[in-house]
Amino acid sequence: MSTAVERFDDGARARFGAHGRTFVRENELLRHPVYSRVLHWSVAAFFILALLSGLAIYTPWLYRVLTPLFGGGPMTRLLHPWFSLGFVAFFALQLLNWLQPMSWTPDDTRWMRRLKEYVANTDKLEPEYVDFFNAGQKLYFWAIVGSSVIFFISGVPMWFPRAFGRTTAAIGYVFHDLAALVMLVGFIVHIYEGTAAQPGTFHSMTRGTVEKRWAWTHHPAWYLHATGRQPQDDYEAAVRRQAGRSAEGGTPSMPG
Amino acid sequence: MPTGTLQVKAISGHSGTVPGAGVQRAEEICKYIDVTTCIGCKACEVACVEWNDMPFQQTTFDNTYQTMPSTAWNYWNLIKFNEHQREDGTLQWLMRKDQCMHCEDPGCLRACPADGAIVQYTNGIVDFQQENCIGCQYCVSGCPFDIPKFNSTTKKVYKCTLCSDRVGQGLEPACIKACPTGCLKFGTKADMRGLAEARARQLREHSGFVHAGVYDPPSVGGTHVIYVLHDITKPELYGGLPANPQIPVTYTAWKRVAKPIALLLSLFAAPVAFFHYISQGPKEPQPQPPGQEVPR
Ligand code: HEM
Ligand code: SF4
Ligand code: SF4
Repeated sequence: MSTAVERFDDGARARFGAHGRTFVRENELLRHPVYSRVLHWSVAAFFILALLSGLAIYTPWLYRVLTPLFGGGPMTRLLHPWFSLGFVAFFALQLLNWLQPMSWTPDDTRWMRRLKEYVANTDKLEPEYVDFFNAGQKLYFWAIVGSSVIFFISGVPMWFPRAFGRTTAAIGYVFHDLAALVMLVGFIVHIYEGTAAQPGTFHSMTRGTVEKRWAWTHHPAWYLHATGRQPQDDYEAAVRRQAGRSAEGGTPSMPG
Repeated sequence: MPTGTLQVKAISGHSGTVPGAGVQRAEEICKYIDVTTCIGCKACEVACVEWNDMPFQQTTFDNTYQTMPSTAWNYWNLIKFNEHQREDGTLQWLMRKDQCMHCEDPGCLRACPADGAIVQYTNGIVDFQQENCIGCQYCVSGCPFDIPKFNSTTKKVYKCTLCSDRVGQGLEPACIKACPTGCLKFGTKADMRGLAEARARQLREHSGFVHAGVYDPPSVGGTHVIYVLHDITKPELYGGLPANPQIPVTYTAWKRVAKPIALLLSLFAAPVAFFHYISQGPKEPQPQPPGQEVPR
């Protein structure tokens, strides 16, 4: 992608960085700068609003539960497309921001083949080729891109059915539903992975940093690029330090 | 629209049963329209706008007798004109009173996601309840007859009520009352169907319209507005009456069956994630404090 995009991103990151702050402790690495964090939570806010207002109209079971959140059925219907436009707008910026770290590589295809091991927590450390984002994260990212396109193409005729004709709207909403379901599953998995499933990850999206231990555990190749040090060596050094300390009978606190 | 003594039989976007369904007996009603005796006088149009207190519309001229292209949110009843040239070269005037058909299986109601925005009474009338309408216009795409019309100011959809307010009080619809030729009649579905069959037989046997028949399309479970046509094999000639009106399958198979199942399957991701945490635990940054894994 052209340098214009890069210049735009660099400019935005610099402007946001000048207004925000990220404190990186000695045993930590900067993972998400202010710009990425603000974009992420703007996307998330609009996404959740669009999801809830959309699910309200999705099925009669949820209609009565969810429409009061937005001030009733008519207001829910009125707001939903605007929520989604907010989501699409912020996600478009995130797309540019993350285009480079999200691009698919042969290593990601390798990663997908060991998805079963990943889910079963077989290995303590991720394979050495896992970079800034792993293939699962990239998959989620590109599923959002694809779904957003489908949302948009099917959503506009649903917004203005008279301009597009009866059949377009009647068929379009099925694709709209399918995209929403893909997003819903992705969203549930994403929240789990971003919070409970990997301690320390949530902090990367709130205050921007992760512990070095987190980095060499989950994204060794990124650790290598970010620090210039071998993740495996540093991990083994940490193990030795820990063994030494517990031999001394000290507290088993975590070194950096 | 006041529901009066009308009993509700189906509600759009409604989970669970219909409260009070089946507690009263109600005759199914029907509007009978004999297009062969319609003279296109538009008295029914006038009666409709008068009774429903709607303004008269500006007409448009398109080189035919058609006064405007279609019904509107505040114009529910329109005569469709067609100058039809028969195979022998002679001219035939085809005039059809176009309005909501009050389908037994209404596509509008099936499509509607808003609880109570469309109701169907036991007598067969399909009525929009604007206070519950959310303006999504799904009904527009669900209706095979292009009837529901959106008002972009109120963000609500409107259509013929079959004068549910009058019928609920034991009166006939306004259009029926106004018709000077008797081509419009109102009564029970059984009576009107019988009358229509008799008239169609008369047209076939005595007037030389060998294809005369009754339009009461089974693809939407029959309608509570039925037509006697000179030629039942070509309903499209009558202002685009569909030969086989269809509710899009996306509102039947997908919406009724697949949609809720698909949602439940998707939400299943939540308990899966939860029990993954409970059984497998998180991926901790390494190394962890010393200890040992027990297989239980
Ligand atoms: C409110 C619930 C959410 C939480 C707790 C959450 C948490 C997180 C965290 C911790 C990360 C950083 C992961 C890392 O650094 O490796 C992240 C990244 C990301 N978030 Fe969210 N997020 C939420 C909602 C959303 C929503 C609604 C979207 C978009 C529809 C979204 C899209 C993304 C994407 C594309 C990434 C980068 C790739 C990834 O980590 O999967 N997030 N999120
Ligand atoms: S004609 Fe259209 S608006 Fe009238 S009941 Fe049938 S589907 Fe509904
Ligand atoms: S616009 Fe039609 S489908 Fe939508 S809520 Fe109103 S009546 Fe129901």
